[in-house]
Amino acid sequence: MTDSISLAETCISASAKVWKDDGEILATGIGLIPRLAVGLAKLTTNPDLMMTDGEAFLISNPVPMGPRDSSQDSIEGYMTYSRVFKNIWSGFRHAMVTPSQIDCYGQTNISSIGSYDQPKVQLLGVRGFPGNFISHKNSIFIPNHSTKVFVEGEVDMVSGMGYKNKKSDDLMPNIVAVITNLGVFDFNGPNNQLQMLSLHSGVSKEEVIEKTGFEFTIKSEDQTLAPTEEELHFIRETLDPKGLRNSIFGD
Amino acid sequence: MNHQEAVDQLSDGMTVGVGGWGARRKPMSLIRAICQSDLKDLTIVSYGGPDVGLLCAHQKVKKLIFGFVSLDLIPLDSHFRKARQNKEIEVMELDEGMVQWGLRAAAMRLPFLPTRVGIGTDVLKNNPEIKFISSPYSDEESLVAMPAIKLDVSLLHVNKSDKKGNTQIYGPDPFFDEMFARAADKTFISCEELVGTDNLGGKEAAIYNRFERSLVSGIVHSLGGAHPTSCAPNYGFDLEHLKIYSAAAKSFGDYSQNFLQGSAEEYIDAVGGHKKIQNIPLPQF
Repeated sequence: MTDSISLAETCISASAKVWKDDGEILATGIGLIPRLAVGLAKLTTNPDLMMTDGEAFLISNPVPMGPRDSSQDSIEGYMTYSRVFKNIWSGFRHAMVTPSQIDCYGQTNISSIGSYDQPKVQLLGVRGFPGNFISHKNSIFIPNHSTKVFVEGEVDMVSGMGYKNKKSDDLMPNIVAVITNLGVFDFNGPNNQLQMLSLHSGVSKEEVIEKTGFEFTIKSEDQTLAPTEEELHFIRETLDPKGLRNSIFGD
Repeated sequence: MNHQEAVDQLSDGMTVGVGGWGARRKPMSLIRAICQSDLKDLTIVSYGGPDVGLLCAHQKVKKLIFGFVSLDLIPLDSHFRKARQNKEIEVMELDEGMVQWGLRAAAMRLPFLPTRVGIGTDVLKNNPEIKFISSPYSDEESLVAMPAIKLDVSLLHVNKSDKKGNTQIYGPDPFFDEMFARAADKTFISCEELVGTDNLGGKEAAIYNRFERSLVSGIVHSLGGAHPTSCAPNYGFDLEHLKIYSAAAKSFGDYSQNFLQGSAEEYIDAVGGHKKIQNIPLPQF
């Protein structure tokens, strides 16, 4: 079984662990892998999590990826965008997001690349990043660990606050984990430096150093824990029976 | 009122709020009518979707106040990107929560509302007009004073209305249409269904009345008026059309010729007719 575990499954398993100690809060995964990870966390380590159907309803059981009969959704509550902001600003949320750039200070960017005055590449806009990163826990999923994402210097447009501008212990980001296609990291190194916690199967420390645009701490070179049989069952049979996860890395 | 009469109420340089969210429940037939008009130099406030892109493609936008521009399943809007990358528009880029906070301040006739959002980000660097205020209480915390976003006009699309402006929004999320209506001097509505007051549906339906009729200055009956965006539960967004729209950033002439030269009804015919639109399945997210 171990031989056939895909990188996507490893990332989903590693990502799901970020919510295990959160108790009864709103968990939001933006993008395929983060969304599957929220579902897995709810089915394994933290059944108290609140999650939505991807739109305006809170559900008791994660909805599977891909087309579904939504009349079967286990709706338990209501979560409009208006209510999302109230929830966010009071701190009872832990999101997993994928910024386009991240720097050594934990600052993130989804707004634009190049000069702000005339961007080389206009992206989405800051969306909820400023509010999210100052208000509640966040984790980050990066499918393409490279110096284009983990940039040298600072990100082009600071959308999510980093540790550089922290005002106080109450007014600073709380980046719980960074999961990439190469390994698992957090920002708990000296002075909130990025630190490596584990490497995925087949990845070397040298590859991570080469593909990261700034220095980071190496706390461990252990291999990332493989998903358990139970996790694989939930991922493959319950959460993503159509195998959409395989499109992320082509594995 | 018809589309032309609604657009006649607007003038150059106005600040216009557009309801909906991304590719969901946008007053697109009113937006298309603006695109056909001589209006210019508008400041647009929007949880942006193809409303923003289409207005950018027609050089109607002087300034955009926004948190994002997205077509949902197509993450980025090609026309908005082109306008930004060619430096054609000014922007006030805000956290999406700050946008509703600014609208809420305007709605309550307040000059600002305090928040921590924006601190530590380039949102404040890029918008130096946003100032801080100290809490007058013992905490003395320094907070962002999000200024009111006062609107001259808001444009919203709803499921049902009567002629007096008693509107009903049935979609699972009413978004911030209420705040757009309250922040504006005048609000013009387009609706899927225009009914007599007696046919609004009584108590059960009145729960979906998200803001009072005194805020509504005019109503345009526009079946399919949100196309190519969704209008749940009536119809989903037209992904195929959004792809055609997106590709038109390269050569806008053909798209404009095919879809944007005629009346609202001619547009509906050009994109496949009412039956086709009303049968577009709702998206699953």
